[in-house]
Amino acid sequence: MAAINPDDQGLRLAVRYAVLCLVAVIFVFPLLFMVMSSLKPSAQLLLDTKSIRAFLPVGDISLDNYRAAFDRAPIGVFVLNSVLITGVTVLLTIFVCSLAGFAFVFLDWKGRGVIFSILLATLIIPYETIFIPLLLMASQLPWISTEGLEIGWLNSYRVQVVPFIADGLSIFLFVQFFRDLPRELIEASRVEGASWWAIYRRIVMPLSGPVIATAAILKFLFMYNQYLWPLMVVQDESIRPVMVGLGYFTDQLNVPWGEVMAYLTVITVPVLAFYLSLQKVFISSVASTGVKG
Amino acid sequence: MATRIDQSNKAGWLMAGPGIFLMTAFIIVPFFLAFAFSLTNQRLASPNATEYVGFDNYRGLLGVAVFTLEPERDDAGEVVIDDDGEISYPRLRNFTRNNPDYPNLAGKREWFSWQWGDDRIVILAADVVFMKALINTFTFVFVVAPVQAAVALGLALLINQKMRGISIFRALYFMPVVVSIVVVSLLWRFIYAPGDGLLNNLLGFFSFGAFDPRDWLGNPNTALGSIMAMSIWQGVGFHMVIWLSGLQTISPTLYEAASIEGANKRQQFRYVTWPGLRNTAVLILIVITMQAFALFAQIDVMTNGGPLDSTQVLVFQAVERGYGKQDISGGSTISVLLFVIVLSISLIQRYLTREKN
Amino acid sequence: MKHILKTTVAIGAMLVSTTAMAQTELSLWYHGAGSANAEEALVNQLVEDFNASQSDWNVVLETFPQLAYNDAVGAAALAGELPDILDVDGPIMPNWAWANYMQPLGIDEALIADFLPGTIGRWDGEVYSVGLWDAAVAIMTRRSTLEKYDIRVPTIAEPWTGDEFNAALEVIAASGDFDYPLDLGMAWTGEWYPYAFSPFLQSFGGDIVDRSTYQSAEGVLNGDEAIAFGEWWQGLFENNLAPGTSQDAAVRETGLLEGNYAMAWNGNWAALPVVEKFGDDALFLPAPDFGNGSTIGAASWQFGISGTSENSDGAREFIEFAIQQKYLSAFSDGTGLVPSTKAAAAETANYQPGGPLEVFFDLSEAQALVRPVTPGYVVSAKVFEKALSDIANGADVADTLDAAVDEINEDIERNSGYGH
Repeated sequence: MAAINPDDQGLRLAVRYAVLCLVAVIFVFPLLFMVMSSLKPSAQLLLDTKSIRAFLPVGDISLDNYRAAFDRAPIGVFVLNSVLITGVTVLLTIFVCSLAGFAFVFLDWKGRGVIFSILLATLIIPYETIFIPLLLMASQLPWISTEGLEIGWLNSYRVQVVPFIADGLSIFLFVQFFRDLPRELIEASRVEGASWWAIYRRIVMPLSGPVIATAAILKFLFMYNQYLWPLMVVQDESIRPVMVGLGYFTDQLNVPWGEVMAYLTVITVPVLAFYLSLQKVFISSVASTGVKG
Repeated sequence: MATRIDQSNKAGWLMAGPGIFLMTAFIIVPFFLAFAFSLTNQRLASPNATEYVGFDNYRGLLGVAVFTLEPERDDAGEVVIDDDGEISYPRLRNFTRNNPDYPNLAGKREWFSWQWGDDRIVILAADVVFMKALINTFTFVFVVAPVQAAVALGLALLINQKMRGISIFRALYFMPVVVSIVVVSLLWRFIYAPGDGLLNNLLGFFSFGAFDPRDWLGNPNTALGSIMAMSIWQGVGFHMVIWLSGLQTISPTLYEAASIEGANKRQQFRYVTWPGLRNTAVLILIVITMQAFALFAQIDVMTNGGPLDSTQVLVFQAVERGYGKQDISGGSTISVLLFVIVLSISLIQRYLTREKN
Repeated sequence: MKHILKTTVAIGAMLVSTTAMAQTELSLWYHGAGSANAEEALVNQLVEDFNASQSDWNVVLETFPQLAYNDAVGAAALAGELPDILDVDGPIMPNWAWANYMQPLGIDEALIADFLPGTIGRWDGEVYSVGLWDAAVAIMTRRSTLEKYDIRVPTIAEPWTGDEFNAALEVIAASGDFDYPLDLGMAWTGEWYPYAFSPFLQSFGGDIVDRSTYQSAEGVLNGDEAIAFGEWWQGLFENNLAPGTSQDAAVRETGLLEGNYAMAWNGNWAALPVVEKFGDDALFLPAPDFGNGSTIGAASWQFGISGTSENSDGAREFIEFAIQQKYLSAFSDGTGLVPSTKAAAAETANYQPGGPLEVFFDLSEAQALVRPVTPGYVVSAKVFEKALSDIANGADVADTLDAAVDEINEDIERNSGYGH
């Protein structure tokens, strides 16, 4: 083998980094555009799209758009609602779906196989196709509250949370993960007389970090970014989530683009920050689904 | 022995119960409701009672007919040629509207046609917009699935190197995945803006002005492609990561063995990497396909199905009919058809990629 | 949440009123959330004034983004959770009345005797809604532009003929001074299309649906007149006389003012900036007459009582309070829209005799034609919008109009004629 020229090595490395950077730019530039535009007044921001200025913090930079956006719409309320709805759904999903997954894998009960197949089949049903019957259904469902029996779930927190707690994908993820757990551990505990509930709580769940993270992340992204369903079922401003709040800005005849960018930044940056700080966990848990799948 | 099984039975139902109940109530029941609605004329708001109409909705969506259009002939029996040098045909609407001789053509419109000698063979459809939505959805899925999977694989191979700071790049490539598709659609509207949009400016800059600005979303030929590109941009990071983990489970000893036997990089990929990625590939393809069929938000935010129905897709039509035009039965019919299509494709995919023992 | 709100409101009401009478709460839904303009402030003021003026009722306001408003009402109706007082867009009102979302207003007709016809919502012989303003559309341009190209200035009595109008556009286009001679506002998808463009169709002699029976659109939307309209419409875009569906919404807003466009077909809500910029040079002209008269659209947002409201007395009281002259003037001054009565107009800054926007009131009075008064409008508006869009993008005119007619007719049939 010929001697490796150190200059060649350095050059190759530089080329590799250049390619990586170029690709990175492709993935990042729209978000950069969003953040930069949120700092510029609408008229300038539209003009800047004609040049590289779109990505640079030049011109009349200020936080005016943010001030105006917060004036136009109760953004704090929207973000709080989204966080609440998303958080509650994620917690309940993990609980309900892990329990179901546990039952499918470790217990033997009548109808287990058939029901599992049916639940898997629902993976194919896109939510958008059942939203309309779901809407009609939700308008007639009963609910016991502090005021007694109420009919109709529309315009509430529960209609934004409950339909999404149990879904085929989450259960599938837990089932796949539990199947790979070492059986001896479980069997040993059974021999010692531990109840299924105890096994679930003390042995299986503590080992389930990766799958809990994956299911949580997928559900979080789904719930936080939900657009169509909240649009259809929520009317009260006080319980609107973030994506419906977008209409306050984009539904105007003369759209205030600067404020739109500010709003988009406000609702996206927390998710991005959360993601970037935990990205190793994010990515490794998503990756683990690939291996098991 | 019996009590243990009974206990297991009770515990099993108790633990799986909430999940089963919720899924039945909120996914399975609405789905069957959708099917039931598709057999009626249910409206969103109407003082009229709902009636059973059988498969009328399906006929209305899927009805097709074939018709041969003969050219106009003058008195001598010669074919009439019009000013552009093309054969002149009678207008199709003379046959499809108010023409008792052709009842099976009533209310249908031309879907597409082609030349056959002097005649034109015309395929008519009862609901041309639905047919376009069908074709567009299929086009989208069959282009995006392999392209997104391939690009993701390419990125994974790029990222799968031991270089300093590689995890930063991995994080950046994944970033669009966490951003809402609605946000992405709004931002890309600026990128695709005609005339002075960001993309046009970029292409003009790199081609030193040789490139003509295009109306990406306003031109029926480029609208769907633009949406495809944007959707791939958003989703590819997710699948890149799955490929990556698949790549990393391939034992390095296999690569060593291959290079000892003199295999170059390409052969290594073909004989070591690709077989090892089989399972991952199957999973990725199935997931992308199912996600692609649910295409909606990008259309709703960016094009509303236009221009000239070039970005019309199934879910968008289902929502527009069911919710926008208050026709729940029509929207439900499309939903049921979508389910049948996705189910068929999934089954075919599973069959084609099954483990051949 | 509702429970807490009710309690707070009740306690607040008790603290304010001098007697210990219990107030009944009235809910009011209004479109226009996030509009951050005078309209929202005025509605708030109206509600406050009403609440302060009497002690039987307390109105609580909830606002919605405009485009999502109709959907929100639909979903609420499904749940049986409609508010007491509804804000409804004029042409949608028949659909809501037919679906029992609204009940007849029961208002004393003397109170609305001199209201512009477009501001009163009638269906099936009853008054269901009444509006504080009407909206009008006109061709906005500058006198200096017309003079430069030797174009006659039309009046309401003598509008341009179709030929005159086309010739004017071509002359301006040939000069090359503007990006486009005419701005139609194609960027504003949605209800703008049927509202702004069906008057042109009507001027050619066609219509969205046959108004004698409301059972069919055949011959009306795809007859010879309608096809003539369609071809003229397509010609505007083919010959680059107007920007098409890809128009940038931002340019629509500023195009006339910045000189991109010579003329703009726009509504009176956009008129004030034009007056500000061009002063006496600003012109607001009637639509051309293509053979069947010159018309503009009519009917904007109106108030009505929801079908399920148990407090119709209170709701009616609120609406009667809202249509007092001072509010008509106040809203007009704040939004630039046409107040419902001439008397109120005389009190406003813009519509008083000699005011800059006075011509819009005259246009509304002389030429306004409401959109088809039928529950089927919800669907036919969407169908018509799509047809306009497709024709603008180059689709075959006759086929597109045929398809639109088929869809509208089928929808009417499926709904058993919509109660006509």
